[in-house]
Amino acid sequence: MEIKVNKEKCTGCRICVDVCPAGAIEINEEGKANINENCTFCRLCVKECPENAIEIVGEEKKRPQTELSQYKGIWFFAELKNGELSHVCFELLGISLKLAEILKEEVCGIIFSSDGEQKAQQLFNCGADKVYLVEDASLDQFRQDIYVCLLTELIKKYKPNIVLASATMIGRSFIPQTAARLKTGLTADCTDLTIDPETKLLQQIRPTYGGNLMAKIICENYRPQMATIRPKSVEEAKPTGNRNGTIIKENFSAFNATCRVDLVSKESVEQTIDLQEAEIIVSGGRGLGDGKNFDMIRKFAQLIGAAVGASRAAVDSGWIGYPHQVGQTGKTVKPKIYIACGISGAIQHLAGMSTSDYIIAINKDQNAPIFKVANLGIVGDIFEIIPRLIQRLESKG
Amino acid sequence: MKYVVCIKQVPDTMDVRIDPETKRIVREGIPSILNPYDAYALEEAIRLKERFGGTTVAISMGPPQAEAVLKEAISLGIDEVYLLSDRAFAGSDTLATSYTLSRAIRKIGDFSIVLCGREAMDGSTGQVGPELAEHLEIPVITYVSKIISLKETYIECVQLLEDHYETLRSPLPVVITVVKEINEPRLPSLKGMLRAKKTQIPVWTKNDIGGDDVQFGQDGSPTKVVEIWRPEIKKEGKTFTGESDELVELLIQELKKLGVI
Repeated sequence: MEIKVNKEKCTGCRICVDVCPAGAIEINEEGKANINENCTFCRLCVKECPENAIEIVGEEKKRPQTELSQYKGIWFFAELKNGELSHVCFELLGISLKLAEILKEEVCGIIFSSDGEQKAQQLFNCGADKVYLVEDASLDQFRQDIYVCLLTELIKKYKPNIVLASATMIGRSFIPQTAARLKTGLTADCTDLTIDPETKLLQQIRPTYGGNLMAKIICENYRPQMATIRPKSVEEAKPTGNRNGTIIKENFSAFNATCRVDLVSKESVEQTIDLQEAEIIVSGGRGLGDGKNFDMIRKFAQLIGAAVGASRAAVDSGWIGYPHQVGQTGKTVKPKIYIACGISGAIQHLAGMSTSDYIIAINKDQNAPIFKVANLGIVGDIFEIIPRLIQRLESKG
Repeated sequence: MKYVVCIKQVPDTMDVRIDPETKRIVREGIPSILNPYDAYALEEAIRLKERFGGTTVAISMGPPQAEAVLKEAISLGIDEVYLLSDRAFAGSDTLATSYTLSRAIRKIGDFSIVLCGREAMDGSTGQVGPELAEHLEIPVITYVSKIISLKETYIECVQLLEDHYETLRSPLPVVITVVKEINEPRLPSLKGMLRAKKTQIPVWTKNDIGGDDVQFGQDGSPTKVVEIWRPEIKKEGKTFTGESDELVELLIQELKKLGVI
């Protein structure tokens, strides 16, 4: 399959150059459009060309695949956190149930744990039909090679139609390797999923180009259709009383899973609150001027039960550790409330927090871009406002 | 020891502007840059060479103009570079991209460590590193924040996860993807820049790297982009100015309304 410009029809109007999100089109010396290797085949140019001069030619070559209709069921990987189901499991279950309503297929959780039956029951109570369970004392600890092996073998054996995982660091580490072993498609960091009413294909929606654009992606010819889902972007499934489900236990030793990488030691970071799970985040930026001023941010955060975030400028200045960085080169967060203190709001920072439910910004520069995404903007001096805020909060006891 | 770094040229996304009339991206004058994460991977490869000896190689897949990032790599001190460029690579998703890179790395051969940035700024998938490891049939350690030691047969590094660090030991060869915490990239040296200017960048096409035809480009890509659009910008909020005490009161009221206090 190829994308071609019909040189006869092309007028060199540059519309395609402007619409191409990949920047893959240039006008050559002959004044005609030329599409280079950066092309992602998104077909925007095909749609937008007023002369219909751009076309996709040739048949798509495919690798041999098992009959696609054999693949049934919506699976989600139930990630553990400190030995318990992480809240992201319920988000995956929530979106899986929505997809199941349209597809009329069963929703199945995948649990790798030292002790999984009670966890399976938690998933059943929230609407899951089935749980595939692999139990072993070693499985509470994430091991890339082991997880890839187990998930790949389960998928080969039971042929699910869709496999979802959270776009946590664990999901983003082992799911791509699993997809590559299965030679199927994987879409990273989706913020929504839907089913095409006609083709019944999974439509995977994700932000791209630093959050400037949204893309809808499908995996038409290979199975399973796989996606990682950005934490906090879909509704969690809620318990609906005691429900029954089927547990399918697989014997761990039968997988012959071996891990090439050894775990030597573990060490926790400064703060145990996980930014991506926090309901409230208070972030500090360049406006703090000095690392010791982060104490006031920490204090404020502590008083309202928030996690501490930071802009890239603050992290680059060495005022706080990288695990706290919010933004394109840090973490993407979506808390209920995000409070930005002394952060101007560079696009990279906005890309990591602009979908928060409610944004409060405190900055002395009223033209700061952060105010464009803020629900409540306070133009003022953080060194006057935050200490007084802390005082008020403390006096309430 | 041979260290191979995979780098990518990306549009400088912070400059993306949308024409309010046509709703199209204004591409005019948007520079292409080295993916910022890849700078840490290049730096780490150079440091590995300085600490343990060996050769550094950088590869990039992209259009002919992507040679700019390979020149940048040379100016920083990378020994060898290759550009993977072929119209047959167009439309590659992460699976096809990682396959293409794996073919080139096999051709380079005799490698100990493959380094990638944790993700690229444009697509932000972070999938190429782990997928590459699978194609090469070697282990992967993602989100590496520190390399502790490198021995003849293994490497020990620190992986940064959401709320903790893990120290992991992997046999060689291995793929590692690095986070910015790992180092502070150096600036190009004058000598490096001169060398970059003089170097003719070797270009490898599909025929040069060989492989399974149906695993390249759009055909080798299970995922297809079917639609791209611009998200709606968040509604305008309210912005207040005034005396600090008034503003504090306003914040207290707001936090009460939100149920925080």
